[in-house]
Amino acid sequence: MQLNDELKNINLPAPPELGDVPYIRIQPSKGWVSIKFKELWAYRELLFFLIWRDVIVRYKQTVLGASWAILQPFISMVVFSIFFGRLAKMPSDGIPYPIFNYTAMVPWTLFATRMALASNSLVGSAGMIKKIYFPRLALPLATIVAGLVDFALAFLVLIGMMFYYGFAPTINIIWLPFFLLLALCAALGASLWLSAMNVQFRDVRYTIPFITQFWFFITPVVYPTSLIENPLYAALYSLNPMVGVIEGFRWALLGTDTAPSFTIIISAVITLVLLVSGAMYFARMEKTFADVV
Amino acid sequence: MSSISIRVEGLSKQYYIGRSPKFSTIREKIVDNFKAPFRRAGNLMRGQATGAAELHEAIWALKDVCFEIKPGESVGIIGRNGAGKSTLLKILSRITQPTAGYADIYGRVGALLEVGTGFHPELTGRENVYLNGSILGMARTEIDRKFDEIVDFSEVEKFIDTPIKHYSSGMTVRLAFAVAAHLEPEILVIDEVLSVGDAAFQKKCLNKMEDVEQSGRTILFVSHNMPAVTRLCSRAIFLQQGQLLMDGPSAEVVGAYLNSGLGTTAAREWNELKQAPGDDVVRLRAVRVRAEDGEVKEAVDIRKPVRLEMEYDLFESGFKQMPYFIVLNQEGTTVFTSIDTDPEWRQKPRPAGHYTSTAWIPGNYLAEGTHFVSAALRSQDPMIRRFHEREAIAFHVVDSTEGDSVRVDHGGHLGGVVRPFLKWETEYHANGNGAR
Repeated sequence: MQLNDELKNINLPAPPELGDVPYIRIQPSKGWVSIKFKELWAYRELLFFLIWRDVIVRYKQTVLGASWAILQPFISMVVFSIFFGRLAKMPSDGIPYPIFNYTAMVPWTLFATRMALASNSLVGSAGMIKKIYFPRLALPLATIVAGLVDFALAFLVLIGMMFYYGFAPTINIIWLPFFLLLALCAALGASLWLSAMNVQFRDVRYTIPFITQFWFFITPVVYPTSLIENPLYAALYSLNPMVGVIEGFRWALLGTDTAPSFTIIISAVITLVLLVSGAMYFARMEKTFADVV
Repeated sequence: MSSISIRVEGLSKQYYIGRSPKFSTIREKIVDNFKAPFRRAGNLMRGQATGAAELHEAIWALKDVCFEIKPGESVGIIGRNGAGKSTLLKILSRITQPTAGYADIYGRVGALLEVGTGFHPELTGRENVYLNGSILGMARTEIDRKFDEIVDFSEVEKFIDTPIKHYSSGMTVRLAFAVAAHLEPEILVIDEVLSVGDAAFQKKCLNKMEDVEQSGRTILFVSHNMPAVTRLCSRAIFLQQGQLLMDGPSAEVVGAYLNSGLGTTAAREWNELKQAPGDDVVRLRAVRVRAEDGEVKEAVDIRKPVRLEMEYDLFESGFKQMPYFIVLNQEGTTVFTSIDTDPEWRQKPRPAGHYTSTAWIPGNYLAEGTHFVSAALRSQDPMIRRFHEREAIAFHVVDSTEGDSVRVDHGGHLGGVVRPFLKWETEYHANGNGAR
């Protein structure tokens, strides 16, 4: 019968060619583990999906949706302008206080909210970690990168404010992506430490609001760095990587005096140390996540 | 060209379980409370993973497991709960690391340890298919290609663009399995996920697994469903308390597992006369299933005859008695009822005494799977049922694919309440025109 002949010609998928199969040896690792960059690259599509999921879910769920990304830094800026700018008469390097503050609020919000979310990313995805293999680094990394969407929206408002206050962009604006990258790396470095520790000790999560608040006050968001006159204190102060980020943003967009120099170099170095040490600690603890989470 | 798919050598995994040290005085307890944060911080920096619970006792979830699997083999992993099956799968899927030993894996591993991991209730079915597929390791293009197939398999086409928080649990599970079923790695590792959905869907899943097996992929299958294991897998590994007890043809290994003292359901005895089923005239003392050689066995070969035995005490003489068995399958369907046909005692009044009646079930008659046996007895003239012990014992019929059972060479599902070996005849004429 003709039908039978046709059926004979339908091929089941051929068994895979064994010549070029990936090979791996699974064995216990001891001590410090190297960060598997190649593997992270191989899982880039998963990284993309995790970022996409984070963004879509947040925007589907909240009533305010996209506007929350703008309202949070904006309303904070309004409140700070009233209390610090006007009432407390905080100096602001010769720039109108609202835009002085908002230029700092945009990268700060990115850093703070993303660090907080990423620190809980492992515990929050415990189900996935226990049942599927993928490089665990993808979880905090995806959370951090997803913050760029909110950042973009808040940045649009910043551009609007620059227009309103009459600030034209200078040539130094080309440095802006570098400062943005610095903020992302600082957030990532901190959250690699915190998320890995949080898996073992769940109360790390409760320290995050405190850490964030403390970090807020040692960052020049509501006040200028020039407030610190003693050069020794100023040097210690710039050990905070976000100092370099904020001053960099203000310099690139508003043309303040805080040209890249000492401060920013220190911030960059500290960020690098934070990132590398965080990644190493994370990689070392990674093998225990599925057992402990 | 690799001749090995998976090689496991001395694989061991140790877990810490809880038992905090006891303090005999309050002073000790208070001192410990002060020391604890420093101790924990020290552990943290050293990279120990016991967590805040500080669990002290260690158990070996797996100890020195060694085996080799060739490409295309399908191997079942069986054992009681806690034997280490899931731990083995977790190590082979790289979710957790072994404590000692190693495993060489040639090929990509697709692990199905849970269905629907990563599903987010706010996303639609379509979005979740992409997310879940990506989590399981499928490339975006692969998902695009298989999307229609996946949706079709899951039978939720109408709702594919609705957020899954509106799905029924059955729909979610079907969609999740549909995604997982279309994974095409070289090695597929499945952990008891086939028991999802209703009976019709379960059948669909099992059939899909059979297709995967046919396609030449290596399969590792953990299950408690023995018929599924003997059906899908040619080879099985029996784990007990973390150690590999047996590794061989699945029918044999499944048989050994079922016989391994899980409380013999193949025999039931009543030692106390007062508790034995029956009345003043007759009491049932024992019901047993025996293999051909007379041994009480829980797992019997489908090709061999099986003996059903009942022992009873008759206290009054002069009545005709009719012992009978009712055999049911695991779905509760009665396979058959058999009444004592022994010509020696038929229509003869029986004297008081101890009787053992045996019924012989021919080989290649019963279907595969678990069977339950009820034992009963009726007196005749007048007809009074003396005892009817429902589902007194159970036994498992195991089929092999060695070629001399009804299965012959068919590895897939064979339906039927019975599985008789029938005689077949074929007539052949070598004229090609269909003329007769």
